[in-house]
Amino acid sequence: MKSANRFFSFVKKELLHILRDKRTLLILFGIPIAQVVLFGFAITNDLNNAPISILDRAHDQGSREITERLLSSGYFTLLDNLDHPPDIEAAFRKGKAKLIIEYGPDFYQQLMKGRGLNLFLAADASDPNMANLLVNYASAIINKYILEKLPAMANQRRIQPEVKMYFNPSMKSVFMFVPGVMSVILMLVSAMMTSISIAREKEQGTMEVLMVSPVKPVQIILAKVFPYLLLSLVNAASIVALAYFVFGMPVQGSLFLLGLEVMLFILTSLGLGILISTLVSTQQTAMMISLIALMLPTIILSGFIFPIENMPRLLQILTYIIPARWFLVIIKDIMLKGVGIAFFWKETLILAAMCLLLLGISIKKLKVRLE
Amino acid sequence: MNKIKYILQKEFLQIFRNKSMLPLIFVLPIIQLLIMANAATYEIKHINIVVLDVDHSIFANQLVLKFEQSPYFDVIGYADDNEQALDALYADRCDIVVHIPQYFEKNLRHGKMVKIYCAVNAINSSKAAVVYNYAQSIITQFSRQIDIESNRETSTIKAPDIRFANWFNPHLDYKTFMVPGILVLLVTLVGMVLSGLNLVREKEIGTMEQINVTPIGKGAFIIGKMLPFWIIGMVELALGMGVSLLVFNIPVEGSMLLLFAFAAVYLVAVLGIGLLVSTFSSTQQQAMFLSWFFIVVFILMSGLFTPIESMPLWAQKLTLINPIAYFVKVMRMVMLKGSTFYNISGYFLAMAAFAVGFNFLAILNYRKTST
Amino acid sequence: MPEPIIIIKELTRKFGDFTAVNHISFEVEAGEIFGFLGANGAGKTTAIRMLCGLLKPSSGSGMVAGADILKNPNLVKSRIGYMSQRFSLYEDLSVMENIRLYGGIYGLKKALVKKRAAQLIEKTGLNGLEKRLVGDLPLGWRQKLALSTALIHRPQVVFLDEPTGGVDPITRKQFWEMIYETAAGGTTVFVTTHYMDEAEYCDRVCIMTEGMIRALDKPDILKKKYDAGNMDEVFLKLAR
Repeated sequence: MKSANRFFSFVKKELLHILRDKRTLLILFGIPIAQVVLFGFAITNDLNNAPISILDRAHDQGSREITERLLSSGYFTLLDNLDHPPDIEAAFRKGKAKLIIEYGPDFYQQLMKGRGLNLFLAADASDPNMANLLVNYASAIINKYILEKLPAMANQRRIQPEVKMYFNPSMKSVFMFVPGVMSVILMLVSAMMTSISIAREKEQGTMEVLMVSPVKPVQIILAKVFPYLLLSLVNAASIVALAYFVFGMPVQGSLFLLGLEVMLFILTSLGLGILISTLVSTQQTAMMISLIALMLPTIILSGFIFPIENMPRLLQILTYIIPARWFLVIIKDIMLKGVGIAFFWKETLILAAMCLLLLGISIKKLKVRLE
Repeated sequence: MNKIKYILQKEFLQIFRNKSMLPLIFVLPIIQLLIMANAATYEIKHINIVVLDVDHSIFANQLVLKFEQSPYFDVIGYADDNEQALDALYADRCDIVVHIPQYFEKNLRHGKMVKIYCAVNAINSSKAAVVYNYAQSIITQFSRQIDIESNRETSTIKAPDIRFANWFNPHLDYKTFMVPGILVLLVTLVGMVLSGLNLVREKEIGTMEQINVTPIGKGAFIIGKMLPFWIIGMVELALGMGVSLLVFNIPVEGSMLLLFAFAAVYLVAVLGIGLLVSTFSSTQQQAMFLSWFFIVVFILMSGLFTPIESMPLWAQKLTLINPIAYFVKVMRMVMLKGSTFYNISGYFLAMAAFAVGFNFLAILNYRKTST
Repeated sequence: MPEPIIIIKELTRKFGDFTAVNHISFEVEAGEIFGFLGANGAGKTTAIRMLCGLLKPSSGSGMVAGADILKNPNLVKSRIGYMSQRFSLYEDLSVMENIRLYGGIYGLKKALVKKRAAQLIEKTGLNGLEKRLVGDLPLGWRQKLALSTALIHRPQVVFLDEPTGGVDPITRKQFWEMIYETAAGGTTVFVTTHYMDEAEYCDRVCIMTEGMIRALDKPDILKKKYDAGNMDEVFLKLAR
C-alpha cells in the first residue's frame, strides 16, 4: 500500500513537471497536430501542376489539341513556350521546367497518315521518380488522344485490362503518409521525451536524490514513463481524429484494437527512450541520439516513404529492428483494410517482444549503474 | 576581437572532451548516409503478383508466362477462387491480383473483346499507379502478339511509340538523387542540434551569467560560440562528400567550389536558426522540442523525399522560407546537372538573406542586459 | 578623503507591477567589505545585478568603479569581478582551462595569465590539480577557485552573491580569510549572505526588506542601536 502511494507521488511529480512548463506543453500537443495537418496536405507523391516547357514546331491541330489536353489534366502547367530548338540541358539547368515536349514539323499530318509520332519528350531525371511519373502520365494522355483519332488502332488492343484499386480507391497519398507521420511523431515524442527527462535529472543531480530514496528503480522508471504514456495517447487520439475528419481517412477496423496497438507502440518507444537515457549523461547527447539514430531510420527504414520491398535484401533485414516498420503494417491493416488481429498477430507479437526486451534491459541497466 | 579566440578554444575543448559526442557528430551520420542512401529508393522491382486463372487455357498460360518473364513481377502463387485471391491482397502477400476470366481464349479466338481484371493494393497510391502501369503494358503487348500470331492485323498503321529521354540520370538511379539530399540533412541535423542547445545549456548551468558580467561583447561571444559548429559542419560535409564520391560514384557535374561556397552560407543560416531557438528557450528541453519541430517540418517539406512540385500551392509557398529546400535543390542542381553560379545566383541571394536575417533576429533576441 | 567606489542614488527596478528594488541609495568606500543582507526575495539579487550591469534600472542612477551603470555597463563589467550563488565555472573544463578562458576574456596578456594562474593555484592550494576537471573537485575547492578566478583581472570591486552557500564551516572560514586578504589588497568586496555570523565580519552591513534599505551601518553600531546581542537578533527585529 505504502509503495503504491510512493509510486503515485512520483507520477504526480512527473505530471507536475510537464504541466507546469506551459511552453513545453504547448510544444508537446501543438507540434504533433500542426505537423500532421501540414504534412497531410503537403507530402504527396502525386503529380500536380508540374511545370513543362513546350516547343511547338508544328503549330497544327494535333499539337494544339494535345497541349490543351495535357494542360487541362491538372498534372501539368505551362511554364513557357520555346521558340527555337531548345538547348534542353540549359533549360533544365535553370531548374524550373521538369518536362520539355517537342512537336516536330507536320506533326498532325504524319500522325494521321500513320507515319508514326513526330514527338519527343525530355524529362529532368535528376529526380528519377518524378521523371518516371511525368513520362508515364504524359504518354497516357497522348496515347488516349491517338486512339481517338485513329480508331483502327483500338482494334489492335482487344484485351482490355480493368482495374480496381483496393483500400484507397481515390488513390490519395495521404492514406499512406498519415500512418507514417503518426509513427514518426509518436516514436520521437515518446523516446525523446523520456530520454531527455531522465538525462535532465542526471544533469541537475536530482537523479541521485531519487536513487537514495526508498523507491525501487523500477518504480522510478515506471513513474517517469507513465505521464508520457498518457500524453502520447492523447497525441495519438488527436492524430487519428484529424486523419478521420480532415483527411477523410477511414477507420475500417476496431477502434479499440487500434488503441491497444498504439499503446503498445508508445510503450516500445518509451522503452527505447529509457534505454537511451541510461547510456548518456547529458541532455544534448540524448537529443543527438534520439534525433540522428531514431528519426531518420523511422522515416526511411520503416516503409513510411520508401517501400521496403524495393530495398536491398540486407537492408530489408535491417528494417526488422525498426519498431515503426511493424506498427505501420498494423495501423494500415486496421484503418484501411479493416481486418482483425488474425492478419497482424505476428507484427503485434514482435512489437510486444521488443517492448518487453527494451523495458527489461533498461531497468537492468539502471540497477547496474546504482550498485 | 582577440577575445573570440578564448571562447573558440573553450568551445572546442568542451566538444572534444565529451567522448560520447564525437562519434555522434562524425561517425553516426556517415553510417547513416551509407545505409539510408541504399534504402531510399522508389524504384519498383519485385512486384508480387497472385494469378487467379479461371480459364486454364494456352493463352492464359502464355499471359502468365509474360508476367513471369518480366523483370518487374514475381508470380508468387495461384488462387483457386476470388476469395483466396483477395485474401492474399488483404494479408499483404501480394501487390496485385490478375484475374483471367472464363472463356478468355475462346472469346479471343472468336475475335471478341475480352477483359482482364486487376486488383491493386492502393494504400501507397503512387506505387499502385506504377504497378498497374507495368501490368497494363504487359497485357497490351500480349494482345498485340496474339494479333500478329493469328495474322489478324487489321490495320497497316504502325502503333506509334512515344520517344522520350531522361536527362542527367538516364538509368534513373536513385542513389544519385538521394545521396546529395541525405547529406544535406545530416549536416543540418548536426549543426542545428549543436547550436540550438548550446546557448540554453549555458543558461541552465548558470555559466551564462558569469560570461555576462565580463566585458566581452554580444557579437564576439556569439561568433566564438558558433564558429566551431560552422567548422564542424563543413568538415562533416567534406567527409560525406568524400563518401558519396568514393562509395556511391555520384557524379559531380558542377563546381565543387561553388557547392562548398553555398554550403558555407547555408551553415551560417542554419546555425542562426539554432541560435534563434536557443534564445527563445529557457531550458534545453524546450530548445530541443523547438528545434525538433523545425527540423521535421523543414526536412519533410524540403523536396528531399517528395517533390515540391506536387505540393499544394500554399505549401510550395512555405518552402520559400525553408533553407533546407534551397540547399537540397542547389546540391542536386550543381552535382547532377552541373548548374553554374549564374543558374543558382537567385538561391545564393536568398540564402545570404536567410543567413543575415536569422542571425540578426537571434542577436536581437539575445540581450546581454536581460530585462 | 577618496571618492566612494560605489555611489547609488534612488535606484529602482520594477517587474511589471512588482517593485523589486524601491529607491535605494548608498555609498561604498574603497577597500571596504560591504555586507548586503536580506531575506530571500528582499531584492538583494536584483540590486546586485543592476550594479554589475546585468540588469537595466527602471530609474535612479549609479556609479561603480568610476563608470556609469546606465550609460556604460560594459566599462563597469571590465572593472569588476563577479561570483554568483550558482556555481559558474565550466565543469567540463579543467582548472587551468577555466583560468585561461577568463583571463583571455578580460583581455590579459598570456604571460600575465600564466603568472597570475600560478599565484592563484598556490593560494587556493590546488597544486597538482591544474589538469583536473572542475566538475570533479569538491564543492569547497570549486568555490575558492571561482573566487580567485573572479579576481584574475584585479578588479576594483568584486561582487559575491551568496558565495558560501552549501559550504562546510572550515571552508567557509578559509573563504573569509581570502575575502580579508582581497580587501587588504585594496579591492572592495561587496558580499551578500544569509549567514548572520558572516555579517559580523563585514566593515559595514546594509539590511534590505521588501526592496528598501532598513538599516546601514557598522555591525557594532547596529547591535547597540537595536539593543541586540548579535546580528541575528538585529536582523530578526528588522525583518519581522
